[in-house]
Amino acid sequence: MTSYNPPGGSADAIEPHDLSTPSSLWDRLSRGQLTWITLILVMMVGLFSIVAGRPFSSVANVRNIATDACILMVMALGELFVIIAGGIDLSVGAVLVFSGVVGCAVMNAVGGGGVGAILAGAVASVAAGSTWGLVNGLLVTRAKISPLIATLGTYGMAMGLALVISNGIDLSAPVTLVKTLGVGRVFGVIPWLVVVATLAAVAMAILLNQTRFGRHALAIGASAAAAERSGVNVSRHLMKVYTLSGTLAGVAAIMSLARFGTTTIGGHLEDNLKVITAVVLGGASLLGGIGTVRGTVIGTLIPVVLLNGFVITGIQAFWQQFAIGLVLIAAVYLDRRKQAGRD
Amino acid sequence: MTEALLEAKGLVKQYGQIRALRGADFSVYSGEVVALVGDNGAGKSTLVKTLSGVITPDSGTIKIEGAAVQALTPIMARQLGIETVYQDLALAPTLDPVANLFLGRELLRKGLGGRLGFLDKRAMRMQGEVKFRELGIRIQDMASPVSSMSGGQRQGIAVSRAAAWASKIIFLDEPTAALGVVQTRSVLDLIRRVRDTGIGVVLISHSMPDVLAVSDRIEVLRLGRRVARFKTSKVTTEDIVAAMTGATVQMSGDNDEL
Repeated sequence: MTSYNPPGGSADAIEPHDLSTPSSLWDRLSRGQLTWITLILVMMVGLFSIVAGRPFSSVANVRNIATDACILMVMALGELFVIIAGGIDLSVGAVLVFSGVVGCAVMNAVGGGGVGAILAGAVASVAAGSTWGLVNGLLVTRAKISPLIATLGTYGMAMGLALVISNGIDLSAPVTLVKTLGVGRVFGVIPWLVVVATLAAVAMAILLNQTRFGRHALAIGASAAAAERSGVNVSRHLMKVYTLSGTLAGVAAIMSLARFGTTTIGGHLEDNLKVITAVVLGGASLLGGIGTVRGTVIGTLIPVVLLNGFVITGIQAFWQQFAIGLVLIAAVYLDRRKQAGRD
Repeated sequence: MTEALLEAKGLVKQYGQIRALRGADFSVYSGEVVALVGDNGAGKSTLVKTLSGVITPDSGTIKIEGAAVQALTPIMARQLGIETVYQDLALAPTLDPVANLFLGRELLRKGLGGRLGFLDKRAMRMQGEVKFRELGIRIQDMASPVSSMSGGQRQGIAVSRAAAWASKIIFLDEPTAALGVVQTRSVLDLIRRVRDTGIGVVLISHSMPDVLAVSDRIEVLRLGRRVARFKTSKVTTEDIVAAMTGATVQMSGDNDEL
């Protein structure tokens, strides 16, 4: 049987070249998770709007929710790339604290509380975050330490060093930073923090979907061996991905300084778990190769909306943690089902 | 007789006490399917890895189109038009067929966007569809990840990718190992079509029916050496198995003359 039936040829009988797809179950599920997680968010918002009414659906409260989600979201975007590339970054919250302490120290050292000091601190903060990211990348690719252990180690190191530098006492950020980025609004409506987070999300969506950088991150997460054999420099790319995550944690540090006016050293211990929860809720696979910015944004918003809604409707806020845990398990269960069809 | 696309002579590769290749010879001509057969441990995968630049041999020469190549690397092999389809690890399962086709060789947009690493998705999709059509690969949903496709379809995509980039030689490592009857036939047809474009196809396979069905020539490896060369049209399974197992060691008359 050597004949070659060109496409569009006879459609009858058995087509030897028609290697039929048995089922794209996985595909539908993976798209499905994003759909139903979006639906959950919409339903939650609808429900709270009906039950709580104006206090929930007011512009001021929507602004609260958006602002609450911003800092985690910027970190989650970095985590998304790491998870897509098949890794994990447990260090993000600690890197935020470290970068915040360094940035704040630089702002105070330059002094004057002016724009110059703030910019210098911001640069220092981002640089500190990138450095930790690079360290993570080196540990994972050069020292071949598993990402879980490597970033657990740098989590402790970054947190410890932040405490050493600050003597364990929170530093105060310049008031100008709080007044502008922290509570300032564009046109008096949209908080600057939300603008920054939105820009970050748009930029990361473009990076993931439109560039070679994102394509290679997806390929490495899908199969590092296949990527390597196709000529992708896997080690170098992973290093860049971890550096990106650290850099975004550095950006989040400036946002956190602006929002709270202090380094909030004790306030980010669980950020890594919250961020990973957000990314996984948003449909990313912990096995790599799958994940979207839209999902991550929604995954970040769900816990925030839930907490906000519970507080307003008078439900004990502790239920939020329970509910998030439940939703997370449901999401990962789906993820496992999804992976069942994979090599 | 035309010049060989690739001619390897006296390849030796030793791992510690194990001599994987003991002076192996191998040749590939353009527009032919040559099957590389041998029992487990005969040195087939070592030979293929050597010829695709993954392994550097301890001694021996590799000539490509008559020119000796020193210190072949995978990147050099690729630049010389040699592609390898590995038994597994060939595709990125969560990416779609076109993304897999262009993996590591993505087309970028022209101008500033390209320098920033922006993908030219439209061009890749158009060229990808043309390539799949040329090779008779049917894909219903170009947007689905390849993991959702059948084994035959995936193998088809992997072979197409090699064919798309190889200008001279494709090594196929057990391309039909995990496939059913119909899908195997499709992949064999695909191999013939690739050959008909003038590419030399090297098929590593344990399946004698596949080897006999698709190959033009057979080279038999045993204990790290080439022990026989056959024209497929003039050989039986018994001859091949005998050569593989060492029951006969003579290179029977005209069969060794190519």
